[in-house]
Amino acid sequence: MTLADINLFDRGTEPLVALGVSALLVAAVYFLPQMAAGRLKLIRPVTPGRRVGAPPPLRVLGRVIRHPVLLLALAALAPMLSVYLGRNADVTIIFGVATYVMLATGLNIVVGYTGLLDLGYVAFYAVGAYTFALLGSSQLYPILHRTIYILVPAGSGGDGLHISMWLVLPVAGLLAAAFGALIGYPTLRLRGDYLAIVTLGFGEITRLFAQNLFQPINITNGPLGIIQIDPIWIADYNFGIRHELFGFEYPAFLNYYYVILVVVLITIFFVSRLASSRVGRAWAAIREDELAAEASGINTRNLKLLAYASGGFFGGVTGALFASAQHFIDPNSFGFFFSILVLVMVVVGGMGNIYGVILGATVVGLAYFYTGQFGSLRVLMFGIVLVFMIIIRPQGMLPSRQRQRELATADLTVDIVAEIAPPTADPEA
Amino acid sequence: MEHCLNQLTSNVNGAQLLQQLVNGLTLGAIYALIALGYSMVYGVLELINFAHGDVFMFGAFVTVGVVSVFGLHAGSGLAVVVPVLLLALVLSFLVCAVLGFSIEKVAYRPLRSAPRLAPLISAVGVSFVLEAWVATFVSSRSLQIPELLPGSIKIFLGVSISYVQILMLVVSVLMMVGLTVLVRYSRLGRGMRAVAQDREAAALMGVNLDQTISFTFIIGSGLAAVAGLLWTLLLPVGNVMGFLAGLKAFTAAVIGGIGNIPGAMVGGFALGLAEAFGASYASNLSCGFFNSGYQNAIAFAFLVVMLIFRPRGILGATVSDRA
Repeated sequence: MTLADINLFDRGTEPLVALGVSALLVAAVYFLPQMAAGRLKLIRPVTPGRRVGAPPPLRVLGRVIRHPVLLLALAALAPMLSVYLGRNADVTIIFGVATYVMLATGLNIVVGYTGLLDLGYVAFYAVGAYTFALLGSSQLYPILHRTIYILVPAGSGGDGLHISMWLVLPVAGLLAAAFGALIGYPTLRLRGDYLAIVTLGFGEITRLFAQNLFQPINITNGPLGIIQIDPIWIADYNFGIRHELFGFEYPAFLNYYYVILVVVLITIFFVSRLASSRVGRAWAAIREDELAAEASGINTRNLKLLAYASGGFFGGVTGALFASAQHFIDPNSFGFFFSILVLVMVVVGGMGNIYGVILGATVVGLAYFYTGQFGSLRVLMFGIVLVFMIIIRPQGMLPSRQRQRELATADLTVDIVAEIAPPTADPEA
Repeated sequence: MEHCLNQLTSNVNGAQLLQQLVNGLTLGAIYALIALGYSMVYGVLELINFAHGDVFMFGAFVTVGVVSVFGLHAGSGLAVVVPVLLLALVLSFLVCAVLGFSIEKVAYRPLRSAPRLAPLISAVGVSFVLEAWVATFVSSRSLQIPELLPGSIKIFLGVSISYVQILMLVVSVLMMVGLTVLVRYSRLGRGMRAVAQDREAAALMGVNLDQTISFTFIIGSGLAAVAGLLWTLLLPVGNVMGFLAGLKAFTAAVIGGIGNIPGAMVGGFALGLAEAFGASYASNLSCGFFNSGYQNAIAFAFLVVMLIFRPRGILGATVSDRA
């Protein structure tokens, strides 16, 4: 390679144009309302104390999202529409977005509610996925047959465990939760960025184990991954194949989409109840000031572990559903990029606000999937959009009201410091 | 069990231990150079500069570019190699310094008073941009330059140290000494230490905050450029190399005690040694269970153990409580 080989447009200008347009669209969501109000400043430092309401289009979107019936109708009908229009590829994407919503909701417990930065959330997803892959496929058959063949005799109808998804789903969740507590334990004394790097390390270690745990005993089948994972069944209805009901087509991913939609609804119900419970208030206290929380009698150790475990639980459940829907998993699905993608959804949507997080997962997820054909250009645009989004609106699209109130009370000190020195105080430091 | 214990004892001999020591120290020197950039930025801004690993990658690519433009090959004489490498050093230093300066200006400065997670996300975004830019417009393949400084010195018992390894050790130690002098005795270094201790108080005492932070990024990125050049002499270069190298360097900074300059060096060498010894002995120690596929996990395992037993790092930084 020489530097002369560099050709700026060797892929043609078409992807650049398409990406530019999508970037403009994303930017428009941010800019237009402010332009209308005549107060557009391109790059401005956002002091945490400033009470920035969501711009009007976001506010409308936020209202739609907060309206459960409307949201549900939208969520249930969107994929039907795409099947009706004959765009089955969209169904897969909509399923993918639903898994991201689920994951972002889970990560929000750790990052948004408790304020613990987790850069290895993919580990829980992987634990859930591998749990179901091992229990719901023929992967473990050789080991089981050799060691406890009395329990799993050859040719007695089963050639592996093939445990039903409905039994495995909670097990996968609990296992991931236990894993979360396990990861959380050594990090209890650490704060902020130390925690981030340790969770990142655990995420990578998990992936490396998935990749290498095939010798001397073949457990995960290494880089080749596990194939032919069981579909979900309800009575005689196989979720893994295309169905026709009431004159309407249901491709496999649409079936799974409805499963995950139900799971998402249950999750939202539980998580929002949890957030406004005693536990949720304790999490908020830990987030705002851990020392003060401890002094007020909150058992910070147990509550932090609980946050990790609950975040892990939802990650594990999602992973199991993903493994079943995809029929196949390999370690490449569980890289660092995935953790970052989910974190970006949480932060761009608005940390600590479950509806903001759902919006973030939907917007970022759709943008991510629909730019798939652009390869590394996608990552390039993704990075640029990410930097500018966070500079223009660091609190996310629909920030949590509680967090904003808390930040607003820091206003006073910031103002005082600003009068003496440039406003560089970090009130969370 | 007995079988692999036998294998273990037969594999351990003084020469091999020493050879791993040499290899570990040279690897550690590179980690240390990158770790210094992380540690300095963390010291002044309390920010994990995720893009730092990619600045290092840019430095390596500039070196590859210069070497291939001048058409150096394995047989090139020293009279050609030395000036070209010096030119590569200057160029990659400049490119990386400009890059680090602009990254801070564009992506971090507007977020200095934003919620804590915001600059981190911005850093991740910058890292994506740099990696994808190289993949799209330069090369997404792994590149390796020809061996420019062949030959090695045999010490004894078959232990040898190559000229490249010597160069790596010498250059990185020089850089570290230079940085220590800069931070300890110059006006700029005093400003950096003041900002690291208390940003507002430093500003009130007349330290130019923006300038100090910019300089911190420039120096850190310059060190990463040097690390990139040294890396290129020995190992293949690719657009994603910055991620893992950066991650390990940050781990090294934490192991040594983050925000602490001698700590970053100690951490870098400790991590390099742990990897070199881990890679050659872990497999035998665990009866083949931990094969070479786990090599990248060593750094993180080391980090976790370190954080459990000595969370402040080897040289105990003062910022761990705030971090």
